[in-house]
Amino acid sequence: MDIDLDPIEQLDAPIYHRYHATSSRAITPFLHAMKRGELLGHLSTATGKVLFPPLGACPESGQATHMPVILSDSGTVLGFTTVHLPIPGSKLVPPFTVANILLDGADQACGHLISECEINAVAIGMRVTAVWRAKEIWNNSLENIEYFRPIAEPLVDIDELQKQCLIKANHRKKSAQGDQDA
Amino acid sequence: MSNHRVAICGIGQTERYRTKLTCSLAGLVREAALNALADAGCDWSDIDALIIGKAPDMFEGVVMPEAYLAEALGGVNKPVIRVHTAGSVGGSTAIVAANHIKSGLFKRVLTVAFEKQSESNAHWALSPSMPFRPHFNSGAGGMFAPVIREYMRRSGAPEDAGCYVAVKDRVHALNNPHAHLHLPDIDLDTVKNSPMLWEPTRFLESCPSSDGACAMVLAAESHADTSAHKPAWVHAMAMRSEPSFYPWREEVNPEASRACAKDLYAQAGITKPREELDLAEVYVPFSWFEPIWLESLGFAESGQGWRLTLEGATSRDQGGDIPWNCSGGVLSSNPIGASGMIRFAEAALQVRGMANKRQVDGAKRALGHAYGGHSQFFAMWIVGAEKP
Repeated sequence: MDIDLDPIEQLDAPIYHRYHATSSRAITPFLHAMKRGELLGHLSTATGKVLFPPLGACPESGQATHMPVILSDSGTVLGFTTVHLPIPGSKLVPPFTVANILLDGADQACGHLISECEINAVAIGMRVTAVWRAKEIWNNSLENIEYFRPIAEPLVDIDELQKQCLIKANHRKKSAQGDQDA
Repeated sequence: MSNHRVAICGIGQTERYRTKLTCSLAGLVREAALNALADAGCDWSDIDALIIGKAPDMFEGVVMPEAYLAEALGGVNKPVIRVHTAGSVGGSTAIVAANHIKSGLFKRVLTVAFEKQSESNAHWALSPSMPFRPHFNSGAGGMFAPVIREYMRRSGAPEDAGCYVAVKDRVHALNNPHAHLHLPDIDLDTVKNSPMLWEPTRFLESCPSSDGACAMVLAAESHADTSAHKPAWVHAMAMRSEPSFYPWREEVNPEASRACAKDLYAQAGITKPREELDLAEVYVPFSWFEPIWLESLGFAESGQGWRLTLEGATSRDQGGDIPWNCSGGVLSSNPIGASGMIRFAEAALQVRGMANKRQVDGAKRALGHAYGGHSQFFAMWIVGAEKP
């Protein structure tokens, strides 16, 4: 044994897993809609809330969801952070801003990037709209949206927004349950 | 159900929670286990079962490490159980171990939690690419930063309140030889001038990436007298969890956190935690989680937690009435999977009067707390100097 060799204390040896995903019955319409440039959520008839992206089950009630709701590609920033720390394997170059965006008509925020905007101008309650990539490269993914950019509308009071959304959800719940009774 | 008293008879930690490139995972956990056995006055043969916890396996790239580590921890031909609850796992593991004593199934259990962050990159491991979605790679800091900003919006806390926590816990850490970070020159300006990582969280308002293990020997009352030191006693323990995402989820003060604390205090007969507890070891990986948990855990009214921090109430060095994280906390050492158990163990060391330079005089009852995932997994215990 050669004992004069320097020890190698650390060596980068990254591990990656490639998955082939098969879409469920619930998520297939969402993926087809993405390819058409449409944002398809699910209405939970148990809670009246609109889930996006739809995963086929309502996390609050546990019930399966399938009722499609087409959502706007504009929404409101509920939370955000600007990331300055580079992370190995990332295509994104810091600084970049990641936000939780509540699409108009949805009850669940979806994570995406904010751009075309000074970092310091991003705010809770800011109105944003999607900037889509070229139609030719659209795929079955939210990555068809490159990022969201601000729109010239006043800041939204997110506490009031939540209140209004919950009122609407309650109406949808009653109407969905009325349909079931009938 | 049987309800045997649970004693914490032995506590062991690795020498210092910093990067250890020349030590294997097995060496790391064994060091903590041997220290716990020595404190408990026990040998491997006195242990009935081994309960292991750590955060996700991507953090080292070793899948099911409990199988490989059983031998180093004297677990051959004994029951070995692995617990998974993300960052709260060190706390959950201690609770699972304690329940195996409480139930009467075992007389003496060795419980060990660890992480060796230098083996991988936790930010990378926490940012997996999900199908059908853009990949952000923003890590734990990126996940919690919007929660912090929302707390700031609601509470109207001064923008530098988090910096006070960052200084306070690092000053506490100077009394703890195990702490990864020893920053004797830290002050508010140093923290404020440190770079932003995930706005509004600065570098010095974030936990370090640490290597380390923590171990405890838990015993039934009949087997609790082997240590040269008196044991600590479990007075209450609770766990709760909730999904990562659901519509209008309360992320700043999660339902699972409130429910866990409520259950815990009911078991211990506590109605005013700030008055009835002598100290707390609470999982604060980013500075602003001190005021966030002060409120969620009932030490302060909603929106007022930051005032306790600014008044020095949570500082041992300033003579605060309810010191939080005398060990330096997660902000000074974060071997992720071990961090929850370190909180639980430090609480127990305090009520045993064995916390040396970080001791709170006359500590009788203490809270140990851990959380993990998207602020969705919670584990808490209350330990006391006297039998419950």
